[in-house]
Amino acid sequence: MSDLEQAAEASREHSSAKGRFFMRFTRAQRYLHATLFTTFLGLAATGLPMRFSESFWARRFASAVGGFGSIIFFHKLCAVVLTLAFAIHVKDIFTRSWVHREKGIFWGPNSMVANWKDAKDLFGHLRWFVGLGPKPQFGRYAYWEKFDYWAVFWGMIVIGFSGYAMWFAPFFARFLPGWALNAVLVIHSEEGLLAILFIFSIHFVNTHLRPDSFPMDMVVFTGVESEEEFKHKRPQEYEALAAQGKLEARVSEPAPTWLSNFSRVVGTIAILIGLLLLVLTLSAYLRE
Amino acid sequence: MKTVSSIPLILAASALLFFAAPGTARAQTDCLACHADAGAQDAAGHSVTIDGAKFHSSIHGVLNCNDCHSTIKEYPHPDKVTPVKCATCHAEQANGLAGSVHSDGAEHPCSSCHGDSHAIFPKEDARSAVYPLNVPRTCGACHGSDAMAKKHGLPNVYPLYMDSIHGFALSKEGLLVAANCQSCHGSHHILSRKNLESATYKSNIPKTCGTCHAGITTDYENGVHGKAVAAGRLGAPVCSDCHTAHAIEQPTADAFRMQSTPICGNCHKDKFSTYRDTFHSQLSSLGGYVETARCWDCHGAHEILPASDPRSPVAPANLVKTCGRCHAGANASFVQYQPHANARNRKLNPALYFVRLFMNLLLAGTLTFFVIHTILWLIRSRYDQIKKKAAKGVQP
Repeated sequence: MSDLEQAAEASREHSSAKGRFFMRFTRAQRYLHATLFTTFLGLAATGLPMRFSESFWARRFASAVGGFGSIIFFHKLCAVVLTLAFAIHVKDIFTRSWVHREKGIFWGPNSMVANWKDAKDLFGHLRWFVGLGPKPQFGRYAYWEKFDYWAVFWGMIVIGFSGYAMWFAPFFARFLPGWALNAVLVIHSEEGLLAILFIFSIHFVNTHLRPDSFPMDMVVFTGVESEEEFKHKRPQEYEALAAQGKLEARVSEPAPTWLSNFSRVVGTIAILIGLLLLVLTLSAYLRE
Repeated sequence: MKTVSSIPLILAASALLFFAAPGTARAQTDCLACHADAGAQDAAGHSVTIDGAKFHSSIHGVLNCNDCHSTIKEYPHPDKVTPVKCATCHAEQANGLAGSVHSDGAEHPCSSCHGDSHAIFPKEDARSAVYPLNVPRTCGACHGSDAMAKKHGLPNVYPLYMDSIHGFALSKEGLLVAANCQSCHGSHHILSRKNLESATYKSNIPKTCGTCHAGITTDYENGVHGKAVAAGRLGAPVCSDCHTAHAIEQPTADAFRMQSTPICGNCHKDKFSTYRDTFHSQLSSLGGYVETARCWDCHGAHEILPASDPRSPVAPANLVKTCGRCHAGANASFVQYQPHANARNRKLNPALYFVRLFMNLLLAGTLTFFVIHTILWLIRSRYDQIKKKAAKGVQP
């Protein structure tokens, strides 16, 4: 067999192994995530040097990019973009739920709102960790994914509000007491720090680096995941769709190679930047 | 009648001078007969050449050689001659030198500052070693040497001075009014800064700097630091504590502003620490943003007054104006912001204390739970994966 034939056979085997693919995230959702993580990385990369302004790397970074002026400019730019994305998301929820009267946004198996099953799943999961019970059957959004979502939602409001309060302090001072101007910096930096530590350690591991997804879960980039992955990670949703006969409707084309490769590069860079920032943050935080 | 009678007297004096002058020249010519020789050396091999023309143009050019070398009466004179005593004429300077740091005549002969004793010029003459623009170089001959600095436990001040605002004014701008070494230290009666009489003794420094910086010194004397020093509390800073003594920089320049807050922080440690918690400090640490508020932008620099003084820029009634210098639209509520709030102090800043406590508990609680959760998850997932692989390996 020639080299070319060998290669052709290998590629056929590879493609046949792929099997069916299912749509998980819409294009709009993927764009939202992309906007969220790029602006978040930008905010973290510019916010950390301000938070740890005494550390050597903060000063190095600042002098490399042109001082505080450019850091705060980029920080505000990312903040405005992220605020817009957040506003679009909130408007989208509002339109879907109140204008189009779409069911299941605030309750039910496809909702982001926590329910009794999430509490049971959390305890069930913890029991499974230590071998005291079976693995819970997760639905469309598992409890830690809902936590991620609401953590970001709450963070957006808290960090956003405190950030704008500092940006437009004289305006906010018209209706905020004086001590609040001191408090907003504490709130902004502590909540920001929590977000950074959480995303770059917990979210990265839970979603991307854990053995089931290692080195990263591509679904948020490509929108599709394999049947095997779907069944393994979200068995309840899979079973429900199968029972309702809606499974076929979710079958979709596998992601084009360019998109997979592009996503892999972007995702790897994002994760590496995040891990670097995590190390710098921890080193500066522990030295404080 | 008096005028008429004085005329012959003047004529007589002029005649005496006229006839005496060639005699003087002759006396020096006699000496120069040997000493003008470029190779003239004494028994020990030291050059004894005198540049007659230069000597004549010098401040001592009207004197005869033996006015100073008074022990030489005849020719040839002995090999060893008594050293010249400048103090014979310059008693006042000699007295001043006597109690000074340079009193050791063997180590500090007059010529060590005034240069070649046969070419001494008045200090207004640019050729003089003690002409204002030449003074730093003259002093720097010793005070610019590391070895000398080490030997006497002194800083090597010459390079510091030359790079300072005074040094630049002198060497780059050629300003005669720029402070040179002797403007602050004096010339003959230089005393150690530990000496109460010294112009550079701590409590005398404001007066010394005030010789030129009169306006600033008045401001300083009206401020808390000036009053403390005047009352004998020498822990309070004088000019040189903030500006340094020799490496003085232009205080409005970026370089000085950028590294300036620790100067006040040296003494005001608690205020410095709380300042560092603020956005003002974060801005100032990262560079490129020199406008951000530093200590004296709010407190003033020289006429520093306590907040209780209604003239102080940080007095409650003046805060809107003071903060408003940077923060357009600052109002009464805005200036309630505390630039030195301490979130760790429950008594001073209770609201801020509890906000910080809540945020820290939230941070610690969330992370602790999820770190444990995720580590357990990782272990369990990896365990399952290995088990699955092993199971596959058993059944080929």
